[in-house]
Amino acid sequence: MENVANVDVQKRTDETYKDIPGWGIDADPENEPTYPMKHYTGDDHQRLHYERPPLQPVDVEVLHSNERPNVTAAFGTVSPPSGLSGMLRRYAFQHSEGSSLHWLPLIMADRINAIEGIVDDLAHGHIPNVFAERGWNAEWKYNRKGLITKIAVTTLVATTVIALLSTKKKKKKRFSF
Amino acid sequence: MLAMNYRGPFRVRADRNKPYPEILHPGDAIVQVTRSCICGSDLHLYHGLVPDTRVGMTFGHEFTGIVVETGSAVQKLKVGDHVLVPFNIACGMCPFCKQELYGNCHESNPEATAVGGIFGYSHTAGGYDGGQAEYVRVPYADVSPTVIPQGMDLDDAVLLTDVVPTGYQAAEMGGIKKGDTVVVFGAGPIGIMAARCSWLFGAARVIVIDQLDYRLEFAKNYAKCEVYNFRSIGDPVLFLKKQTDYFGADVCIDAVGCEAAGSAMNTLTGRKTLLQAGSTTALFWAINSVKKGGIVSIVGVYGPTWNFVPIGNVVNKGITIRANQASVKRLLPRLIDHVMSGRLNPKEIITHRIPLEEVSDAYHIFSAKRDNCIKPILIPSSAKAA
Ligand SMILES: [Zn+2]
Ligand SMILES: [Zn+2]
Repeated sequence: MENVANVDVQKRTDETYKDIPGWGIDADPENEPTYPMKHYTGDDHQRLHYERPPLQPVDVEVLHSNERPNVTAAFGTVSPPSGLSGMLRRYAFQHSEGSSLHWLPLIMADRINAIEGIVDDLAHGHIPNVFAERGWNAEWKYNRKGLITKIAVTTLVATTVIALLSTKKKKKKRFSF
Repeated sequence: MLAMNYRGPFRVRADRNKPYPEILHPGDAIVQVTRSCICGSDLHLYHGLVPDTRVGMTFGHEFTGIVVETGSAVQKLKVGDHVLVPFNIACGMCPFCKQELYGNCHESNPEATAVGGIFGYSHTAGGYDGGQAEYVRVPYADVSPTVIPQGMDLDDAVLLTDVVPTGYQAAEMGGIKKGDTVVVFGAGPIGIMAARCSWLFGAARVIVIDQLDYRLEFAKNYAKCEVYNFRSIGDPVLFLKKQTDYFGADVCIDAVGCEAAGSAMNTLTGRKTLLQAGSTTALFWAINSVKKGGIVSIVGVYGPTWNFVPIGNVVNKGITIRANQASVKRLLPRLIDHVMSGRLNPKEIITHRIPLEEVSDAYHIFSAKRDNCIKPILIPSSAKAA
């Protein structure tokens, strides 16, 4: 976009921005940013002595940050830790939120978890349709040329790699005789 | 029931066998979803950048729906209420909720203290399933969920769960004074809304920076602002200094977050190899483009720990940085008024309406920026009548 396209807007904002619906309606001269957003009540000095909401029963494994003493009153129970990724996640939660030993194992666990997901699909007799899951039906619709190029390049790289590997194997065989 | 199901980076599917949610806490409600959005911040999850995003999760923190079941402690909501559900899960009782910091609730996310609970936003944000489904569990149903006012369009209502309040709070945190020049980095839905809301605070000049022409064109028309493509202006910091008499903008808003383009170094270390928690290019530009003593307001999503931020310039220029997840409940009364009176028309940013069944395609279209997509909403076929 050439910046010429802005000339109209520039003129309007300089002279007649007040015609924009609601212009200046929320202007607050007191909003000089120190910390006005907080509705100060002093409650954060209550520390642990505030009235807590009722507690959700903990009947699945919930990992909690070691920067707090307990599990929160409510929590999600969607995908409890399991398998190898679960072991890594448990390890991660032994370290505080500021530590790389917390975040890096979690990222690694996520990658392992994606593979576990495929294994789990297969174990349940479901072959994941990766083409559809990646939204390539839409890519086919809106970027057919790009998708074809991508698939062609991937196929070319894959066949080259396979060809190279198989020549290596043949050579090995020859040497072993 | 039908729900979006995360299978790993860039792989999601519509799953028909997701178990129907249950009441797990006396303050819970079960809501039948009538609208849900895909948000730019869902893309960080989709791209595998948010730690502890587990396979099998359902995303979606922007949704409206009808209450179909309530827990024993729920008093304000009743079955049949059509509600908009703010993305923050807030207990209403902890010291932070009492101070209206609903995005910082201390009783909704056991997994981290640095972020509150958010629907469908990984275990780092509490491990809750989100609203890209036919039904969803809504904890603390009496606190944030709000009955949709008579006469409000559902498309407007669903955007009040995140996009409008986050854009508005970005402008509010900028402490905009009448006559100010505001620069917004990012022309996604939030950046567009931040630009639009900057006028409400009396800005005299609003500039939006992005790399995609179709998004800039949309921002210019919707938010009535100036737009520039950083691919064609050279160094954006220098360009903005020249635009502001070599002073710098009064307020800079970072509406991009951890997937910012524009710096090879940040892209390599922040997005490709994850050696820092996401690319900080937009924040870097914001800090360097604002005037001395100016204000930088951050609503872009960043991961935890490690980032390349020019903190020395923050100190030397005396910059105030304000940042937070939007406190949706605090802002709703004001924003409902703005929408009902016509000062804001959020639904105009919706470009795509996609059946929940086609969620894989929806994510791809939004992520790959196909078909001039600005904001997609998902509608479960079971909710078409509503
Ligand atoms: Zn969102
Ligand atoms: Zn709370």
